[in-house]
Amino acid sequence: MPVISYREAIRHALSEEIERDPNVVVMGEEVAQFNGAYKVTEGMLAKYGPKRVVDTPISEAGFIGMGVGASMLGVRPVMELMFWSFYSVAFDQILNNAANLRYMSGGQINVPIVIRGPANGGTNVGATHSHTPENVLANHPGVKVVVPATPYDAKGLLKTAIRDNDPVMFLENTILYGDKGEVPTEEYLIPLGKADVKRQGTDLTIVTYGRSVIHSLKAAEVLEKEHGRSVEIVDLRTIRPLDIDTVLASVAKTHRVLIVEEQKPFASVGSQLAYMIQREAFDELDGPIHRLTTIDSPAIYSPPVEAEQLPNPERVIKAVLEALA
Amino acid sequence: MISKGFGKKLDALRPNHLTVSNKPSAIPKKAESPAAGTDQSHLAPVNANLTPEARIELYRTMVRIRRFEERSLRAYQAKKIGGFLHLYIGQEAVAVGCCSLMGKNDHVITAYRDHGHAIAVGMDMKPLMAEVYGKVTGSSKGKGGSMHYFDPSRNFWGGHGIVGGQIPLGVGLAYGVKYKGLKGAAMAFMGDGAVNQGAVHESYNLAALWDLPVVFVIENNGYSMGTSQERSSAGFGLAERGRAYGMAWGTCNGHDLYDVRATMDKFLKLAHDESKPSIVEIDTYRYRGHSVADPDKTYRTRDEIEDYQKTKDPITLFQKALLNEKILTDALIEQIDAAARQEADQATEFAEASPFPTVEDLQKDVYWEIDNPGQNTSQGRIFFDR
Repeated sequence: MPVISYREAIRHALSEEIERDPNVVVMGEEVAQFNGAYKVTEGMLAKYGPKRVVDTPISEAGFIGMGVGASMLGVRPVMELMFWSFYSVAFDQILNNAANLRYMSGGQINVPIVIRGPANGGTNVGATHSHTPENVLANHPGVKVVVPATPYDAKGLLKTAIRDNDPVMFLENTILYGDKGEVPTEEYLIPLGKADVKRQGTDLTIVTYGRSVIHSLKAAEVLEKEHGRSVEIVDLRTIRPLDIDTVLASVAKTHRVLIVEEQKPFASVGSQLAYMIQREAFDELDGPIHRLTTIDSPAIYSPPVEAEQLPNPERVIKAVLEALA
Repeated sequence: MISKGFGKKLDALRPNHLTVSNKPSAIPKKAESPAAGTDQSHLAPVNANLTPEARIELYRTMVRIRRFEERSLRAYQAKKIGGFLHLYIGQEAVAVGCCSLMGKNDHVITAYRDHGHAIAVGMDMKPLMAEVYGKVTGSSKGKGGSMHYFDPSRNFWGGHGIVGGQIPLGVGLAYGVKYKGLKGAAMAFMGDGAVNQGAVHESYNLAALWDLPVVFVIENNGYSMGTSQERSSAGFGLAERGRAYGMAWGTCNGHDLYDVRATMDKFLKLAHDESKPSIVEIDTYRYRGHSVADPDKTYRTRDEIEDYQKTKDPITLFQKALLNEKILTDALIEQIDAAARQEADQATEFAEASPFPTVEDLQKDVYWEIDNPGQNTSQGRIFFDR
């Protein structure tokens, strides 16, 4: 099976969907002539032309709103935010318009738009560029939220997202763009709302998603080798819809839970997970649900400190040992 | 009312100003021309070519809007309607004039003062009244309310609550029309209060940059809520801001239905034939407060309102025009008015008699996928009430 990068996997998904459906348009800042700020869309302008791969001005409220409007007429825009952090200047278009149009029209409208781009800290770009808004997005009924961790998942989920008739928020990660993994040549789709057990284990379940999956997998290796601990890792892959059943099945198996997420702690995705696990698997728990998040301050610039502010394998190991103590 | 006259002397410096002449040198003589016996030379072709029946329909639609609004106000005062109610009374010629020009691939989107546009595109009064009553028979099943009327089957895309927030969507409608290679346009309506929103300026830029067939229609009723134009908007006239984006722009008299049609026809043609965007500022006036909750006592005088009602009422002015053209008669005026009142009353009875949606309806119409269970692909939990 070919080994390709997360970046290439996304590009393949975009390309295959452009070729499959004439209504699919890739649009965003620097996606065409510049070849993508993170080279995700490299070569696509040359291959598919300016009607399908469109450079926008730096004007997120304008072009995201435009994409929402066009999607009402059946265009299927895949809009790139150079950073998901810039969603704040398009908040009204995403979370008032895209999220609510179907509802406010009594089901007369649907908005088949995908908004994608990286949403992560860890690149020393300071607080304004390091937001992880998956909790904010998922708080709005009407949108779906996807956070893939691997090249395989990124491709299969993005293809599904583009074919979805509801607005899908697709959160990537700049640090993962270069990560490589096996991706089959033949077409495949991954349904939204289906978690993936990335590692089997017996002592504790880590519920996680996005780059924290990668940290958790590294931590699990060390925990097994050096501490004799067997950790199961459930990668949610999508936040809304949420595969809570896979989480609960794992909890029933290990009876211990650590949530690992690159969110700030207050009202995070993990907060919702902790609520649901205690509500639906209370009798399965042998101890309180633990959680590892980004340390609760704006994202710091200082590179060595930012590495400690975010989840990392060392912090995960420490948190697992505390939860099992 | 307000001074909107800044820069009136600067016409020569307005390279993008489309001069709209409603006095063509030759009126095409058509056998079906309505007022074959009356002088039509003052009318632009788009108006001169209207049949008598079409003119009466335009008049009737304005009257129907006004009676609907008056009836909904009474319902609001009787506490039958929740939330906000932004009435269109006084502005009828704008929506009716603009929407009467719509072809198959023309689309309309507007803000929260949307009742006039909804009726003008042909929506039935019954679901509209039921919607403000919050009933399941409403146009949005009671989920949208007064500010959120929609009818995609009539190319009407709302009905939007956030000032200026609908304008990027309007640009998207134009983008969609152009992307699909259709000859059509979007009319993106906003009030004068929207023109200072960033999303509106971003929309202007995108439309001009990409030659999108959209007409930005500013319904300038003089007040953004309670703040007059001179207290809210810097610079020259509101449409003239199009100059900065290299866009055609123009103004017209929104009290005169013929002028609205003549002007908008010109700008729609620019969109249809050349795929060029434009901004049109239409002078109009609302008789009621910003919303029904607005006591309307702090920012304008009774005299000002009465002056508009007496001298510039769009229905009265069009009625006079049609009386002069010998198309309307006093008897017909009476009949149209009585029918409109009856229609509004019947819509109210329909709304009163209709059931409310249920708590079970709350989670319908949120996701296309949930509403189409045979075609869903997702798994997992999507609502989180437990």
